[in-house]
Amino acid sequence: MTALPDFAPAIPEIVLAVASLALLLVGAFKGDGSTRLVSWLGTAALAVVLVLVWANTGDKALTFGGMFIADRFASFAKCLILIASGITLVISQDYLKLERMDRPEYAVLVLLATLGMLMLVSANDLMSLYLGLELMSLSLYVVAAFRRDAVKSSEAGLKYFVLGALGSGLYLYGASLVYGFTGTTSFTQIATTVGNGPSIGLIAGLVFVMASLAFKVSAVPFHMWTPDVYEGAPTSVTAFFAVAPKIAALCLMVRVLVGPFGPLVDQWQQVVVFISLASMILGSFAAVVQKNIKRLLAYSSIGHVGFALVGLASGTEEGVRGVLAYLAIYLFMNLGTFACVLAMKAGGRMVEDIKDLSGLSRTNPLMALCLAAFMFSMAGVPPLAGFFGKLYVFMAAVHAGLYALSIIGVLASVVAAYYYLRVVKIMYFDEPAEAFDRGQSGVIRFVMAASAVIIAIVIPLALQPMTHAAQAAAATLFLG
Amino acid sequence: MVIGLAHYLTLAAILFTLGIFGIFLNRRNVIVILMSIELMLLAVNVNMVAFSVWLGDLSGQVFTLFILTVAAAESAIGLAIMVVYFRNRGSIAVEDINSMKG
Repeated sequence: MTALPDFAPAIPEIVLAVASLALLLVGAFKGDGSTRLVSWLGTAALAVVLVLVWANTGDKALTFGGMFIADRFASFAKCLILIASGITLVISQDYLKLERMDRPEYAVLVLLATLGMLMLVSANDLMSLYLGLELMSLSLYVVAAFRRDAVKSSEAGLKYFVLGALGSGLYLYGASLVYGFTGTTSFTQIATTVGNGPSIGLIAGLVFVMASLAFKVSAVPFHMWTPDVYEGAPTSVTAFFAVAPKIAALCLMVRVLVGPFGPLVDQWQQVVVFISLASMILGSFAAVVQKNIKRLLAYSSIGHVGFALVGLASGTEEGVRGVLAYLAIYLFMNLGTFACVLAMKAGGRMVEDIKDLSGLSRTNPLMALCLAAFMFSMAGVPPLAGFFGKLYVFMAAVHAGLYALSIIGVLASVVAAYYYLRVVKIMYFDEPAEAFDRGQSGVIRFVMAASAVIIAIVIPLALQPMTHAAQAAAATLFLG
Repeated sequence: MVIGLAHYLTLAAILFTLGIFGIFLNRRNVIVILMSIELMLLAVNVNMVAFSVWLGDLSGQVFTLFILTVAAAESAIGLAIMVVYFRNRGSIAVEDINSMKG
Protein backbone atom coordinates (compact mmCIF):
# COMPACT_ATOMS: atom_id res chain seq x y z
CA MET A 1 0.00 0.00 0.00
CA THR A 2 2.95 2.33 0.40
CA ALA A 3 3.92 2.33 -3.26
CA LEU A 4 5.19 5.70 -4.42
CA PRO A 5 2.91 7.64 -6.76
CA ASP A 6 3.87 8.03 -10.38
CA PHE A 7 5.84 11.26 -10.58
CA ALA A 8 6.20 11.37 -14.35
CA PRO A 9 3.07 13.43 -15.19
CA ALA A 10 4.07 16.06 -12.62
CA ILE A 11 7.72 16.42 -13.64
CA PRO A 12 7.32 20.02 -14.93
CA GLU A 13 5.78 21.17 -11.65
CA ILE A 14 8.40 19.37 -9.59
CA VAL A 15 11.20 20.96 -11.60
CA LEU A 16 9.66 24.40 -11.20
CA ALA A 17 9.18 23.92 -7.44
CA VAL A 18 12.79 22.84 -6.95
CA ALA A 19 14.06 25.65 -9.19
CA SER A 20 12.14 28.33 -7.30
CA LEU A 21 13.40 27.08 -3.95
CA ALA A 22 16.97 26.95 -5.26
CA LEU A 23 16.63 30.52 -6.58
CA LEU A 24 15.29 31.61 -3.21
CA LEU A 25 18.50 30.28 -1.66
CA VAL A 26 20.64 32.05 -4.27
CA GLY A 27 18.79 35.29 -3.56
CA ALA A 28 19.08 34.87 0.19
CA PHE A 29 22.81 34.15 0.14
CA LYS A 30 23.94 36.64 -2.47
CA GLY A 31 21.69 39.53 -1.48
CA ASP A 32 20.21 42.26 -3.64
CA GLY A 33 23.13 42.18 -6.05
CA SER A 34 21.90 38.89 -7.44
CA THR A 35 18.60 40.25 -8.82
CA ARG A 36 19.63 40.09 -12.44
CA LEU A 37 21.10 36.62 -12.06
CA VAL A 38 17.99 35.31 -10.28
CA SER A 39 15.70 36.89 -12.89
CA TRP A 40 17.55 35.33 -15.79
CA LEU A 41 17.83 31.96 -14.07
CA GLY A 42 14.11 32.16 -13.31
CA THR A 43 13.35 32.85 -16.96
CA ALA A 44 15.59 29.94 -17.92
CA ALA A 45 13.75 27.70 -15.46
CA LEU A 46 10.42 28.71 -17.01
CA ALA A 47 11.83 27.93 -20.45
CA VAL A 48 13.01 24.50 -19.31
CA VAL A 49 9.60 23.79 -17.80
CA LEU A 50 7.96 24.91 -21.04
CA VAL A 51 10.06 22.38 -22.94
CA LEU A 52 9.17 19.67 -20.41
CA VAL A 53 5.45 20.45 -20.69
CA TRP A 54 5.75 20.36 -24.47
CA ALA A 55 7.59 17.04 -24.40
CA ASN A 56 5.14 15.56 -21.87
CA THR A 57 2.04 16.43 -23.88
CA GLY A 58 0.12 13.28 -24.46
CA ASP A 59 -2.86 11.29 -23.40
CA LYS A 60 -4.58 11.72 -20.08
CA ALA A 61 -2.47 10.65 -17.09
CA LEU A 62 -3.68 10.68 -13.50
CA THR A 63 -1.38 10.55 -10.50
CA PHE A 64 -1.22 11.25 -6.73
CA GLY A 65 -4.34 9.20 -6.11
CA GLY A 66 -6.23 10.86 -8.95
CA MET A 67 -5.66 14.38 -7.57
CA PHE A 68 -3.43 15.52 -10.39
CA ILE A 69 -4.24 15.25 -14.06
CA ALA A 70 -2.01 15.83 -17.06
CA ASP A 71 -3.79 15.99 -20.41
CA ARG A 72 -3.71 18.02 -23.60
CA PHE A 73 -5.98 20.66 -22.15
CA ALA A 74 -3.63 21.20 -19.22
CA SER A 75 -0.60 21.22 -21.52
CA PHE A 76 -2.11 23.88 -23.77
CA ALA A 77 -2.96 26.09 -20.80
CA LYS A 78 0.44 25.52 -19.20
CA CYS A 79 2.28 26.55 -22.35
CA LEU A 80 0.35 29.84 -22.43
CA ILE A 81 0.96 30.46 -18.73
CA LEU A 82 4.69 29.74 -18.96
CA ILE A 83 5.12 32.00 -21.99
CA ALA A 84 3.25 34.78 -20.18
CA SER A 85 5.29 34.47 -16.97
CA GLY A 86 8.61 34.17 -18.76
CA ILE A 87 8.06 37.22 -20.94
CA THR A 88 6.71 39.40 -18.14
CA LEU A 89 9.74 38.47 -16.07
CA VAL A 90 12.05 39.55 -18.89
CA ILE A 91 10.35 42.86 -19.68
CA SER A 92 10.07 43.88 -16.03
CA GLN A 93 13.79 43.93 -15.28
CA ASP A 94 14.55 47.49 -16.36
CA TYR A 95 11.39 48.77 -14.75
CA LEU A 96 12.29 47.16 -11.45
CA LYS A 97 15.72 48.74 -11.56
CA LEU A 98 14.34 52.18 -12.41
CA GLU A 99 11.79 52.06 -9.59
CA ARG A 100 14.38 50.66 -7.15
CA MET A 101 12.50 47.43 -6.60
CA ASP A 102 15.22 45.17 -7.94
CA ARG A 103 15.20 42.54 -5.27
CA PRO A 104 15.63 38.84 -6.04
CA GLU A 105 12.38 37.88 -4.29
CA TYR A 106 10.43 39.30 -7.20
CA ALA A 107 11.45 36.56 -9.60
CA VAL A 108 11.01 33.89 -6.94
CA LEU A 109 7.47 35.08 -6.20
CA VAL A 110 6.61 35.10 -9.90
CA LEU A 111 7.94 31.54 -10.17
CA LEU A 112 5.91 30.39 -7.17
CA ALA A 113 2.77 32.04 -8.53
CA THR A 114 3.40 30.30 -11.85
CA LEU A 115 3.78 26.99 -10.04
CA GLY A 116 0.41 27.62 -8.39
CA MET A 117 -1.14 28.27 -11.80
CA LEU A 118 0.29 25.06 -13.24
CA MET A 119 -1.15 23.15 -10.27
CA LEU A 120 -4.45 24.90 -10.84
CA VAL A 121 -4.91 23.82 -14.43
CA SER A 122 -3.86 20.27 -13.54
CA ALA A 123 -6.12 19.95 -10.52
CA ASN A 124 -8.48 16.99 -10.51
CA ASP A 125 -9.70 17.28 -6.94
CA LEU A 126 -11.23 20.03 -4.81
CA MET A 127 -8.23 19.83 -2.48
CA SER A 128 -5.48 20.12 -5.08
CA LEU A 129 -7.46 22.93 -6.70
CA TYR A 130 -7.50 24.80 -3.38
CA LEU A 131 -3.77 24.38 -2.83
CA GLY A 132 -2.96 25.58 -6.36
CA LEU A 133 -5.33 28.52 -5.99
CA GLU A 134 -3.79 29.61 -2.71
CA LEU A 135 -0.20 29.17 -3.85
CA MET A 136 -1.01 31.45 -6.77
CA SER A 137 -3.04 33.99 -4.78
CA LEU A 138 -0.68 34.30 -1.82
CA SER A 139 2.27 35.01 -4.13
CA LEU A 140 0.21 37.52 -6.09
CA TYR A 141 -0.85 39.44 -2.96
CA VAL A 142 2.80 39.94 -2.11
CA VAL A 143 3.92 41.05 -5.58
CA ALA A 144 1.00 43.52 -5.75
CA ALA A 145 2.41 45.22 -2.64
CA PHE A 146 5.98 44.80 -3.83
CA ARG A 147 6.74 48.51 -3.91
CA ARG A 148 6.90 48.80 -0.17
CA ASP A 149 7.45 52.56 0.01
CA ALA A 150 4.46 53.57 -2.11
CA VAL A 151 0.97 54.10 -0.68
CA LYS A 152 -0.68 53.04 -3.92
CA SER A 153 1.14 49.74 -4.22
CA SER A 154 0.52 48.73 -0.63
CA GLU A 155 -3.10 49.79 -0.95
CA ALA A 156 -3.41 47.64 -4.07
CA GLY A 157 -1.92 44.73 -2.15
CA LEU A 158 -4.29 45.23 0.75
CA LYS A 159 -7.38 45.46 -1.43
CA TYR A 160 -6.33 42.46 -3.47
CA PHE A 161 -5.67 40.51 -0.31
CA VAL A 162 -9.02 41.24 1.32
CA LEU A 163 -11.10 40.52 -1.78
CA GLY A 164 -8.93 37.56 -2.81
CA ALA A 165 -9.34 36.03 0.64
CA LEU A 166 -13.08 36.58 0.37
CA GLY A 167 -12.99 34.76 -2.97
CA SER A 168 -11.08 31.86 -1.45
CA GLY A 169 -13.58 31.73 1.41
CA LEU A 170 -16.46 31.49 -1.06
CA TYR A 171 -14.66 28.72 -2.91
CA LEU A 172 -14.16 26.76 0.32
CA TYR A 173 -17.77 27.11 1.38
CA GLY A 174 -18.86 25.91 -2.04
CA ALA A 175 -16.36 23.06 -1.92
CA SER A 176 -17.66 21.97 1.48
CA LEU A 177 -21.23 21.85 0.14
CA VAL A 178 -20.16 19.95 -2.97
CA TYR A 179 -18.24 17.52 -0.78
CA GLY A 180 -21.16 17.06 1.58
CA PHE A 181 -23.74 16.45 -1.11
CA THR A 182 -21.63 14.20 -3.34
CA GLY A 183 -19.55 12.50 -0.65
CA THR A 184 -16.27 12.98 -2.51
CA THR A 185 -13.76 15.65 -3.43
CA SER A 186 -12.49 13.98 -6.60
CA PHE A 187 -13.63 15.51 -9.88
CA THR A 188 -13.92 12.11 -11.51
CA GLN A 189 -16.29 10.81 -8.84
CA ILE A 190 -18.20 14.09 -8.58
CA ALA A 191 -18.96 13.74 -12.28
CA THR A 192 -20.51 10.30 -11.81
CA THR A 193 -22.51 11.38 -8.74
CA VAL A 194 -23.75 14.57 -10.41
CA GLY A 195 -24.96 12.51 -13.36
CA ASN A 196 -27.59 10.90 -11.11
CA GLY A 197 -29.47 14.17 -10.80
CA PRO A 198 -28.67 17.37 -8.91
CA SER A 199 -29.70 18.18 -5.36
CA ILE A 200 -30.36 21.70 -4.16
CA GLY A 201 -27.33 21.67 -1.85
CA LEU A 202 -25.05 20.68 -4.72
CA ILE A 203 -26.31 23.53 -6.86
CA ALA A 204 -25.77 25.98 -4.01
CA GLY A 205 -22.20 24.68 -3.73
CA LEU A 206 -21.71 25.04 -7.47
CA VAL A 207 -22.89 28.66 -7.33
CA PHE A 208 -20.41 29.45 -4.54
CA VAL A 209 -17.56 27.81 -6.48
CA MET A 210 -18.51 29.75 -9.61
CA ALA A 211 -18.65 33.02 -7.67
CA SER A 212 -15.13 32.46 -6.39
CA LEU A 213 -13.82 31.59 -9.84
CA ALA A 214 -15.48 34.74 -11.17
CA PHE A 215 -13.54 36.63 -8.47
CA LYS A 216 -10.29 35.17 -9.70
CA VAL A 217 -10.92 35.96 -13.37
CA SER A 218 -12.37 39.37 -12.36
CA ALA A 219 -15.69 38.89 -14.10
CA VAL A 220 -18.60 41.20 -13.26
CA PRO A 221 -20.15 41.31 -10.59
CA PHE A 222 -16.92 40.35 -8.79
CA HIS A 223 -14.62 42.74 -10.64
CA MET A 224 -14.47 45.65 -8.19
CA TRP A 225 -10.90 44.96 -7.10
CA THR A 226 -9.48 44.89 -10.62
CA PRO A 227 -9.14 48.59 -11.59
CA ASP A 228 -7.67 49.61 -8.24
CA VAL A 229 -5.22 46.72 -8.13
CA TYR A 230 -4.13 47.23 -11.73
CA GLU A 231 -3.60 50.94 -11.19
CA GLY A 232 -1.87 50.66 -7.84
CA ALA A 233 0.40 47.70 -8.43
CA PRO A 234 3.78 48.32 -10.07
CA THR A 235 3.39 48.26 -13.87
CA SER A 236 5.44 45.11 -14.35
CA VAL A 237 3.20 43.36 -11.82
CA THR A 238 0.09 44.62 -13.61
CA ALA A 239 1.45 43.14 -16.83
CA PHE A 240 1.81 39.82 -15.03
CA PHE A 241 -1.67 40.02 -13.43
CA ALA A 242 -3.37 40.84 -16.69
CA VAL A 243 -2.20 37.72 -18.45
CA ALA A 244 -0.99 34.63 -16.60
CA PRO A 245 -3.43 34.38 -13.65
CA LYS A 246 -6.36 35.21 -15.94
CA ILE A 247 -5.45 32.40 -18.32
CA ALA A 248 -5.00 29.97 -15.43
CA ALA A 249 -8.26 30.89 -13.73
CA LEU A 250 -10.26 30.82 -16.97
CA CYS A 251 -8.87 27.41 -17.91
CA LEU A 252 -9.68 26.20 -14.42
CA MET A 253 -13.22 27.51 -14.73
CA VAL A 254 -13.59 25.64 -18.02
CA ARG A 255 -12.25 22.43 -16.50
CA VAL A 256 -14.45 22.59 -13.41
CA LEU A 257 -17.66 23.45 -15.24
CA VAL A 258 -17.21 21.13 -18.20
CA GLY A 259 -15.62 18.27 -16.24
CA PRO A 260 -17.22 17.40 -12.88
CA PHE A 261 -20.23 19.67 -13.36
CA GLY A 262 -20.71 18.88 -17.04
CA PRO A 263 -24.05 17.13 -16.44
CA LEU A 264 -25.35 20.31 -14.77
CA VAL A 265 -24.83 22.39 -17.90
CA ASP A 266 -28.43 23.63 -17.85
CA GLN A 267 -27.90 24.99 -14.36
CA TRP A 268 -24.56 26.75 -14.85
CA GLN A 269 -25.13 27.93 -18.38
CA GLN A 270 -27.49 30.72 -17.36
CA VAL A 271 -25.03 31.95 -14.72
CA VAL A 272 -22.15 32.00 -17.21
CA VAL A 273 -24.32 33.81 -19.75
CA PHE A 274 -25.13 36.45 -17.14
CA ILE A 275 -21.55 37.08 -15.97
CA SER A 276 -20.32 37.06 -19.55
CA LEU A 277 -22.90 39.66 -20.62
CA ALA A 278 -22.30 41.82 -17.57
CA SER A 279 -18.51 41.69 -18.04
CA MET A 280 -18.68 42.61 -21.71
CA ILE A 281 -21.02 45.53 -21.08
CA LEU A 282 -19.22 46.91 -18.04
CA GLY A 283 -15.81 46.42 -19.63
CA SER A 284 -16.96 48.45 -22.64
CA PHE A 285 -18.77 51.31 -20.96
CA ALA A 286 -16.67 51.90 -17.86
CA ALA A 287 -13.42 52.10 -19.82
CA VAL A 288 -14.66 55.01 -21.92
CA VAL A 289 -14.07 57.60 -19.20
CA GLN A 290 -10.67 56.38 -18.01
CA LYS A 291 -7.60 58.61 -18.12
CA ASN A 292 -5.00 56.22 -16.75
CA ILE A 293 -3.77 53.63 -19.23
CA LYS A 294 -3.45 50.89 -16.60
CA ARG A 295 -7.03 51.49 -15.46
CA LEU A 296 -8.16 51.43 -19.06
CA LEU A 297 -6.44 48.09 -19.57
CA ALA A 298 -8.06 46.80 -16.38
CA TYR A 299 -11.53 47.47 -17.76
CA SER A 300 -10.42 46.15 -21.12
CA SER A 301 -9.34 42.89 -19.47
CA ILE A 302 -12.72 42.63 -17.74
CA GLY A 303 -14.31 42.94 -21.16
CA HIS A 304 -11.99 40.30 -22.62
CA VAL A 305 -12.93 37.88 -19.86
CA GLY A 306 -16.55 38.45 -20.82
CA PHE A 307 -15.78 37.61 -24.45
CA ALA A 308 -13.86 34.47 -23.51
CA LEU A 309 -16.77 33.37 -21.30
CA VAL A 310 -19.09 33.58 -24.31
CA GLY A 311 -17.31 30.45 -25.54
CA LEU A 312 -17.75 28.70 -22.22
CA ALA A 313 -21.41 29.71 -22.07
CA SER A 314 -22.10 27.67 -25.19
CA GLY A 315 -20.95 24.61 -23.21
CA THR A 316 -19.79 22.75 -26.32
CA GLU A 317 -16.46 21.46 -27.53
CA GLU A 318 -16.41 24.21 -30.13
CA GLY A 319 -16.95 26.78 -27.40
CA VAL A 320 -14.04 25.47 -25.33
CA ARG A 321 -11.87 25.55 -28.45
CA GLY A 322 -12.89 29.18 -28.87
CA VAL A 323 -11.96 30.01 -25.28
CA LEU A 324 -8.50 28.47 -25.71
CA ALA A 325 -7.86 30.22 -29.03
CA TYR A 326 -9.09 33.51 -27.51
CA LEU A 327 -6.71 33.12 -24.58
CA ALA A 328 -3.75 32.38 -26.85
CA ILE A 329 -4.44 35.56 -28.82
CA TYR A 330 -5.17 37.57 -25.67
CA LEU A 331 -1.78 36.53 -24.33
CA PHE A 332 0.18 38.17 -27.15
CA MET A 333 -2.04 41.26 -27.41
CA ASN A 334 -1.68 42.02 -23.74
CA LEU A 335 2.01 41.23 -23.45
CA GLY A 336 2.70 43.60 -26.32
CA THR A 337 0.49 46.34 -24.90
CA PHE A 338 2.15 46.12 -21.52
CA ALA A 339 5.58 46.18 -23.13
CA CYS A 340 4.48 49.53 -24.60
CA VAL A 341 3.22 50.73 -21.21
CA LEU A 342 6.55 49.74 -19.66
CA ALA A 343 8.26 51.87 -22.30
CA MET A 344 6.27 54.98 -21.31
CA LYS A 345 9.07 56.75 -19.53
CA ALA A 346 9.51 60.52 -19.75
CA GLY A 347 12.15 62.58 -17.98
CA GLY A 348 13.54 59.51 -16.22
CA ARG A 349 10.27 58.44 -14.58
CA MET A 350 7.29 56.34 -15.56
CA VAL A 351 4.15 58.04 -16.84
CA GLU A 352 0.80 56.33 -17.20
CA ASP A 353 -1.73 58.86 -18.46
CA ILE A 354 -3.30 58.23 -21.85
CA LYS A 355 -2.63 61.82 -22.89
CA ASP A 356 1.10 61.23 -22.42
CA LEU A 357 0.84 59.22 -25.62
CA SER A 358 -0.11 62.33 -27.65
CA GLY A 359 1.66 62.54 -30.97
CA LEU A 360 3.60 59.36 -30.35
CA SER A 361 3.56 58.63 -34.08
CA ARG A 362 5.96 61.52 -34.61
CA THR A 363 8.23 61.04 -31.60
CA ASN A 364 8.40 57.24 -31.68
CA PRO A 365 6.84 55.77 -34.82
CA LEU A 366 7.72 52.13 -34.13
CA MET A 367 6.07 52.11 -30.71
CA ALA A 368 3.04 53.97 -32.05
CA LEU A 369 2.65 51.45 -34.86
CA CYS A 370 2.89 48.48 -32.49
CA LEU A 371 0.46 49.98 -29.97
CA ALA A 372 -1.96 50.83 -32.77
CA ALA A 373 -1.81 47.21 -33.94
CA PHE A 374 -2.59 45.97 -30.41
CA MET A 375 -5.48 48.42 -30.02
CA PHE A 376 -6.98 47.44 -33.39
CA SER A 377 -6.57 43.78 -32.49
CA MET A 378 -8.23 44.22 -29.09
CA ALA A 379 -11.08 46.06 -30.76
CA GLY A 380 -11.46 43.04 -33.07
CA VAL A 381 -10.65 44.65 -36.41
CA PRO A 382 -9.87 42.08 -39.12
CA PRO A 383 -7.39 40.83 -40.28
CA LEU A 384 -5.67 41.12 -36.89
CA ALA A 385 -5.66 38.18 -34.50
CA GLY A 386 -8.17 39.65 -32.04
CA PHE A 387 -10.88 39.42 -34.68
CA PHE A 388 -10.42 35.67 -35.04
CA GLY A 389 -10.57 35.15 -31.29
CA LYS A 390 -13.92 36.91 -31.15
CA LEU A 391 -15.09 35.09 -34.28
CA TYR A 392 -14.47 31.67 -32.74
CA VAL A 393 -16.31 32.35 -29.49
CA PHE A 394 -19.27 34.03 -31.14
CA MET A 395 -19.53 31.31 -33.76
CA ALA A 396 -19.71 28.71 -31.00
CA ALA A 397 -22.39 30.73 -29.20
CA VAL A 398 -24.46 31.05 -32.38
CA HIS A 399 -24.19 27.31 -33.02
CA ALA A 400 -25.35 26.69 -29.46
CA GLY A 401 -28.39 28.89 -30.07
CA LEU A 402 -27.34 31.76 -27.80
CA TYR A 403 -28.38 34.48 -30.24
CA ALA A 404 -29.14 37.23 -27.73
CA LEU A 405 -25.75 36.75 -26.04
CA SER A 406 -23.92 36.96 -29.38
CA ILE A 407 -25.75 40.05 -30.56
CA ILE A 408 -25.27 41.96 -27.31
CA GLY A 409 -21.64 40.83 -27.24
CA VAL A 410 -20.94 42.14 -30.72
CA LEU A 411 -22.63 45.44 -29.84
CA ALA A 412 -20.51 45.69 -26.68
CA SER A 413 -17.39 45.16 -28.76
CA VAL A 414 -18.43 48.09 -30.96
CA VAL A 415 -18.64 50.31 -27.89
CA ALA A 416 -15.26 49.00 -26.75
CA ALA A 417 -13.80 49.91 -30.14
CA TYR A 418 -14.42 53.56 -29.23
CA TYR A 419 -11.84 53.71 -26.48
CA TYR A 420 -9.31 51.54 -28.29
CA LEU A 421 -9.53 53.79 -31.32
CA ARG A 422 -9.32 56.87 -29.10
CA VAL A 423 -5.85 55.72 -28.05
CA VAL A 424 -4.88 55.41 -31.71
CA LYS A 425 -6.35 58.86 -32.45
CA ILE A 426 -4.38 60.42 -29.58
CA MET A 427 -1.18 58.83 -30.84
CA TYR A 428 -1.62 59.80 -34.47
CA PHE A 429 -3.60 63.05 -34.58
CA ASP A 430 -2.90 64.96 -31.39
CA GLU A 431 -0.15 67.52 -30.86
CA PRO A 432 2.99 65.78 -29.58
CA ALA A 433 3.46 65.78 -25.83
CA GLU A 434 6.83 65.45 -24.17
CA ALA A 435 8.69 62.73 -26.06
CA PHE A 436 9.47 59.50 -24.25
CA ASP A 437 13.03 58.88 -23.22
CA ARG A 438 15.25 57.37 -25.85
CA GLY A 439 17.18 54.22 -25.27
CA GLN A 440 14.41 51.87 -24.22
CA SER A 441 15.82 48.51 -23.44
CA GLY A 442 16.25 46.24 -26.43
CA VAL A 443 14.24 43.50 -24.74
CA ILE A 444 11.13 45.65 -24.42
CA ARG A 445 11.39 46.82 -28.02
CA PHE A 446 11.86 43.24 -29.14
CA VAL A 447 8.79 41.99 -27.22
CA MET A 448 6.74 44.90 -28.55
CA ALA A 449 7.70 44.25 -32.17
CA ALA A 450 7.54 40.47 -31.91
CA SER A 451 4.05 40.55 -30.35
CA ALA A 452 2.88 42.95 -33.03
CA VAL A 453 4.22 40.65 -35.74
CA ILE A 454 2.59 37.65 -34.08
CA ILE A 455 -0.86 39.19 -33.82
CA ALA A 456 -0.75 40.94 -37.18
CA ILE A 457 0.92 38.31 -39.34
CA VAL A 458 1.78 34.99 -37.68
CA ILE A 459 -1.57 34.12 -36.06
CA PRO A 460 -3.77 35.17 -39.02
CA LEU A 461 -1.55 33.07 -41.31
CA ALA A 462 -1.17 30.15 -38.93
CA LEU A 463 -4.76 29.89 -37.74
CA GLN A 464 -4.99 26.26 -38.80
CA PRO A 465 -2.26 24.83 -36.51
CA MET A 466 -3.40 26.98 -33.58
CA THR A 467 -7.04 25.97 -33.76
CA HIS A 468 -5.91 22.41 -34.31
CA ALA A 469 -4.00 22.44 -31.02
CA ALA A 470 -6.91 24.16 -29.27
CA GLN A 471 -9.29 21.60 -30.76
CA ALA A 472 -7.20 18.68 -29.51
CA ALA A 473 -7.01 20.31 -26.07
CA ALA A 474 -10.76 20.93 -25.92
CA ALA A 475 -11.58 17.41 -27.09
CA THR A 476 -9.86 15.83 -24.06
CA LEU A 477 -12.39 17.48 -21.76
CA PHE A 478 -15.34 15.99 -23.61
CA LEU A 479 -14.08 12.41 -23.91
CA GLY A 480 -15.25 11.73 -20.34
CA MET B 1 -32.40 16.81 21.74
CA VAL B 2 -29.89 15.18 19.47
CA ILE B 3 -27.50 17.53 17.74
CA GLY B 4 -27.45 16.44 14.11
CA LEU B 5 -25.94 17.47 10.81
CA ALA B 6 -28.52 20.21 10.24
CA HIS B 7 -27.47 22.00 13.43
CA TYR B 8 -23.84 22.05 12.41
CA LEU B 9 -24.68 23.27 8.93
CA THR B 10 -26.87 26.05 10.33
CA LEU B 11 -24.12 27.11 12.71
CA ALA B 12 -21.58 27.16 9.87
CA ALA B 13 -23.93 29.11 7.61
CA ILE B 14 -24.51 31.71 10.35
CA LEU B 15 -20.79 32.08 11.05
CA PHE B 16 -19.99 32.33 7.35
CA THR B 17 -22.61 35.03 6.83
CA LEU B 18 -21.29 36.93 9.84
CA GLY B 19 -17.85 36.78 8.28
CA ILE B 20 -19.06 38.20 4.97
CA PHE B 21 -21.01 40.96 6.69
CA GLY B 22 -17.98 41.69 8.81
CA ILE B 23 -15.99 42.42 5.67
CA PHE B 24 -18.55 44.64 3.99
CA LEU B 25 -20.31 46.44 6.84
CA ASN B 26 -17.24 47.19 8.90
CA ARG B 27 -16.18 50.82 8.57
CA ARG B 28 -13.44 50.97 11.16
CA ASN B 29 -10.45 48.76 11.06
CA VAL B 30 -8.63 46.41 8.72
CA ILE B 31 -7.86 44.04 11.58
CA VAL B 32 -11.59 43.40 11.93
CA ILE B 33 -11.57 42.38 8.26
CA LEU B 34 -8.79 39.89 8.90
CA MET B 35 -10.80 38.48 11.80
CA SER B 36 -13.85 38.18 9.55
CA ILE B 37 -11.84 36.28 6.94
CA GLU B 38 -10.66 33.91 9.65
CA LEU B 39 -14.26 33.46 10.81
CA MET B 40 -15.32 32.50 7.29
CA LEU B 41 -12.59 29.89 6.99
CA LEU B 42 -13.44 28.42 10.38
CA ALA B 43 -17.11 28.22 9.44
CA VAL B 44 -16.04 26.19 6.41
CA ASN B 45 -14.05 23.92 8.71
CA VAL B 46 -17.13 23.23 10.82
CA ASN B 47 -18.99 22.35 7.63
CA MET B 48 -16.21 20.06 6.43
CA VAL B 49 -15.84 18.18 9.69
CA ALA B 50 -19.60 17.81 10.10
CA PHE B 51 -19.98 16.40 6.60
CA SER B 52 -16.94 14.20 7.06
CA VAL B 53 -18.38 12.59 10.20
CA TRP B 54 -21.83 12.28 8.68
CA LEU B 55 -20.49 10.63 5.53
CA GLY B 56 -17.99 8.49 7.39
CA ASP B 57 -15.33 9.67 4.95
CA LEU B 58 -11.97 11.06 6.03
CA SER B 59 -11.16 13.36 3.14
CA GLY B 60 -13.22 16.19 4.65
CA GLN B 61 -11.01 16.19 7.71
CA VAL B 62 -7.87 16.12 5.57
CA PHE B 63 -9.26 19.13 3.73
CA THR B 64 -9.76 20.85 7.09
CA LEU B 65 -6.09 20.39 7.95
CA PHE B 66 -5.10 21.96 4.62
CA ILE B 67 -7.46 24.87 5.23
CA LEU B 68 -6.00 25.47 8.70
CA THR B 69 -2.46 25.46 7.32
CA VAL B 70 -3.20 27.77 4.42
CA ALA B 71 -5.25 30.08 6.66
CA ALA B 72 -2.20 30.55 8.87
CA ALA B 73 -0.07 31.52 5.86
CA GLU B 74 -2.82 33.77 4.62
CA SER B 75 -3.12 35.73 7.84
CA ALA B 76 0.66 36.05 8.06
CA ILE B 77 0.73 37.62 4.60
CA GLY B 78 -2.33 39.76 5.33
CA LEU B 79 -0.79 41.16 8.51
CA ALA B 80 2.50 41.82 6.70
CA ILE B 81 0.77 43.75 3.92
CA MET B 82 -1.19 45.66 6.55
CA VAL B 83 2.01 46.67 8.36
CA VAL B 84 3.50 47.89 5.07
CA TYR B 85 0.34 49.88 4.40
CA PHE B 86 0.37 51.39 7.89
CA ARG B 87 3.97 52.55 7.44
CA ASN B 88 3.05 54.40 4.27
CA ARG B 89 -0.33 55.80 5.24
CA GLY B 90 -0.15 56.05 9.03
CA SER B 91 -3.62 54.57 9.45
CA ILE B 92 -5.46 51.31 8.99
CA ALA B 93 -8.97 52.73 9.12
CA VAL B 94 -11.09 51.26 6.32
CA GLU B 95 -12.40 54.67 5.23
CA ASP B 96 -8.83 55.89 4.66
CA ILE B 97 -8.14 53.23 2.02
CA ASN B 98 -9.25 55.45 -0.83
CA SER B 99 -6.30 56.78 -2.81
CA MET B 100 -7.66 55.22 -6.01
CA LYS B 101 -11.17 55.72 -7.34
CA GLY B 102 -13.18 55.50 -10.55
